[in-house]
Amino acid sequence: MKDDIKEKEVILKIENLSIAYGEKLAVSRVNLGFRKNQVTAVIGPSGCGKSTLLRAINRMNEFNPIVKTEGNISCRGQNIYGSKVDPTDIRRTIGMVFQKPNPFPKSIFNNIIWGPKINGFLKDPDQVVETALKRAALWDEVKERLHDSALDLSGGQQQRLCIARAIAMNPEIILMDEPCSALDPKSTAHIEDLITELRSNYTIIIVTHNMQQAARISDETAFFYEGRLIEFGVTKMIFTKPNHKQTEDYITGRFG
Amino acid sequence: MRQSWRKQRETLFLWICRGVTFLAIFILGILLFHILKEGANWLSFEFLTRFPSRFPAKAGIKSALFGSVWIISMTAMISIPLGVATAFYLEEYAPKRRLFRFLQVNISNLAGMPSIVYGLLGLAIFVRFFNLDRSLWAGSLTLGLLILPVIIISSQESIRAVPDSIRDAAFALGARPWQVILGQLLPAALPGIMTGIILALSRAIGETAPLIMVGALSYVAFVPEAPGDPFTVLPLQIFNWAGRPQVDFHGIAAAGIIVLLIVLFMMNFIAVMIRQRFQRYKM
Amino acid sequence: MTKAKWIDKTLEGFLILCVSMTALTTLSVVLILGKESLSFFSHVSIVDFLFGTRWEPLLEPQSFGVLPLVCGTFLIVMGAMVIALPAGLLIAAYLNEFASNRFRSVVKPVLEILAGIPTVVYGYFALTFITPQLKTVFPEMQVFNAASGAIVVGIMILPMIASLCDDGFRAVSTTIRDGAYALGARPYEVMTQIILPSAKSRVAAAVILAMSRAIGETMAVTLAAGATPKMTLNPLESIQTMTAYIVQVSLGDTPAGGIEYQTVFAVAALLFVMTLTMNLIGNHFIYKGR
Repeated sequence: MKDDIKEKEVILKIENLSIAYGEKLAVSRVNLGFRKNQVTAVIGPSGCGKSTLLRAINRMNEFNPIVKTEGNISCRGQNIYGSKVDPTDIRRTIGMVFQKPNPFPKSIFNNIIWGPKINGFLKDPDQVVETALKRAALWDEVKERLHDSALDLSGGQQQRLCIARAIAMNPEIILMDEPCSALDPKSTAHIEDLITELRSNYTIIIVTHNMQQAARISDETAFFYEGRLIEFGVTKMIFTKPNHKQTEDYITGRFG
Repeated sequence: MRQSWRKQRETLFLWICRGVTFLAIFILGILLFHILKEGANWLSFEFLTRFPSRFPAKAGIKSALFGSVWIISMTAMISIPLGVATAFYLEEYAPKRRLFRFLQVNISNLAGMPSIVYGLLGLAIFVRFFNLDRSLWAGSLTLGLLILPVIIISSQESIRAVPDSIRDAAFALGARPWQVILGQLLPAALPGIMTGIILALSRAIGETAPLIMVGALSYVAFVPEAPGDPFTVLPLQIFNWAGRPQVDFHGIAAAGIIVLLIVLFMMNFIAVMIRQRFQRYKM
Repeated sequence: MTKAKWIDKTLEGFLILCVSMTALTTLSVVLILGKESLSFFSHVSIVDFLFGTRWEPLLEPQSFGVLPLVCGTFLIVMGAMVIALPAGLLIAAYLNEFASNRFRSVVKPVLEILAGIPTVVYGYFALTFITPQLKTVFPEMQVFNAASGAIVVGIMILPMIASLCDDGFRAVSTTIRDGAYALGARPYEVMTQIILPSAKSRVAAAVILAMSRAIGETMAVTLAAGATPKMTLNPLESIQTMTAYIVQVSLGDTPAGGIEYQTVFAVAALLFVMTLTMNLIGNHFIYKGR
């Protein structure tokens, strides 16, 4: 199992990444590689910089003018922070799912086709919607009411819709920022199953504060503490035989 | 191809937005420039100290200036206590039930009622019913009612911006509601309340229509000395001059506007200063 | 009762007294307008008033059809909205999604100043600047005309529309905005396809409240648009709005109690009903948009 993981190609590489909010350093000199078709969990106590790191990957931090980013992130060898690179293009290939479900105030159907439409590759809307919803395990629940408002769905359904919306863009990588934190246990289980299935087609990076969740769904885990990467390795190892005292303290619930 | 077309569309959209925004700034510039150009020559110290006249060269705004000062002082004394007290009641006492909703809806509607309707109200109630005639009383009571909702709404916002923790801390020390209001909330919300009051008063200074309704005069060759006296105000004097066909009167109207705008800008400046210096809790 | 408790009760009583002033104001307006209009309608049928197309209450033979005044008001409001709505929306969009903080801190005060300039000043501006400028383009235009009034009222309500739309756009939650950007949308696509539709009830509120404000606007149209009640949609002609009529009568020496005097209250009642309805709807939209 362990060797299996190590053989997979590293698709996204973070080198020497530091991120500061004004004077305050949120992420400090991080080096990390994410492997293709695999779920990588990013864990750590709140305020440890894990969400900031995630938002750096698709350049969503740039909406906040005080955020300063240093270092390199490259996807398949292409530098994401290159001077000629348009952040909009990055976001087309790296999808994101947020903490709180954030469907647009449009119909279910229009939520899903909006991304492909504005990016100009929408050919067969019905097919796109059906595929995305099937992959997000939402098709059976909503196929009769695709043109109802997305806001009428339950919280868990809304979050799966947001995943479907990201899938419809055909991204290589999907970032998930605590996607279950606003959901009830049943919906959470549903989404966890979904993430495990999605692994065969996408590379998934998931930030979570729920360690059981990280243990259940991820192949590799990165543990962050106060902006620094403390430990990174195969999930099973991290949760059974961590190398660092801080990691052990955190996963056994001594702090955090 | 497709991507560059998207970028071009965005650039076009941006330039249209920018153009319209600059147009707004440009219009303000033109307006101020036009008024300065028309009125600057008529402006002098004598202009401030002379009474109106049939001859533009001899006309001044002394009575209008004094009238405006009288009106605004009286309006302030009427509307400030009423407005701030109402705001505190609504925020701190009013049970958040149907009555509260009704009062709140009523106040926002009063804020949107045309000023001329306030004028008719003043005419019927103060001028005729209370027999105050065309006095400063009638004018300032009318304007007091007009700016009351403005003061209430801005005070409410300032009170709401005071964090609940302050309220809780005061109540936890065994303070009674009035002690919480006078001892904690009022001082904490005061800068915001004052800013709102100054802006409301600057609106009252520029009001014309309601004062025409309550019968403020356009030719007053004396300075009012008591609240029962008849009066005129700056904007009314300006209206009177602007409405005449002779170009010279347009010149002194512009000179009057310059004086009015200087007063207004000074008030706005003070309001901004208070907001920046003293306001601790922002919305 | 302790002293502190006693003060409490007194203060509460005083506050209730203050609050009741606001309710009393509305009540008085309704009573006064109602009473005078009722006696007006005992002389003139309400149908003739609302649907008559000739408004000549001060001349013999008298005629009390209010439609020319409504038409004049309508002309001003529509003209003003044509100018202020697109401009206000674009400014709000720009400030919200594109402008730097520094630019914003320049434009906001400019809008506040535009909003704070007294309406009589705008009237003067329309009469002595806008009208002469328009006349160079349309030589056949009258000195008093609807176009000039509409333009200046448009400038007046522009800050109101811009700031209400700006508030509405800001109220759209950042999570939805983030969601759109994460799909590779460009800022203007987010603005026009996500934020604008999400804020549509607040934009509707801005439109309705601004129209209500334009209907009630008095001094600028009195100075610039003329005193000729007329059924026309030609903006180059002189017209009269409802508000301008009320001012015209008040400036003259119309004796209280006569039918001419009561026309003022009937017109004001119509004005009140129109603006009240629009304010109620507009405020409801804002409330709904939250």
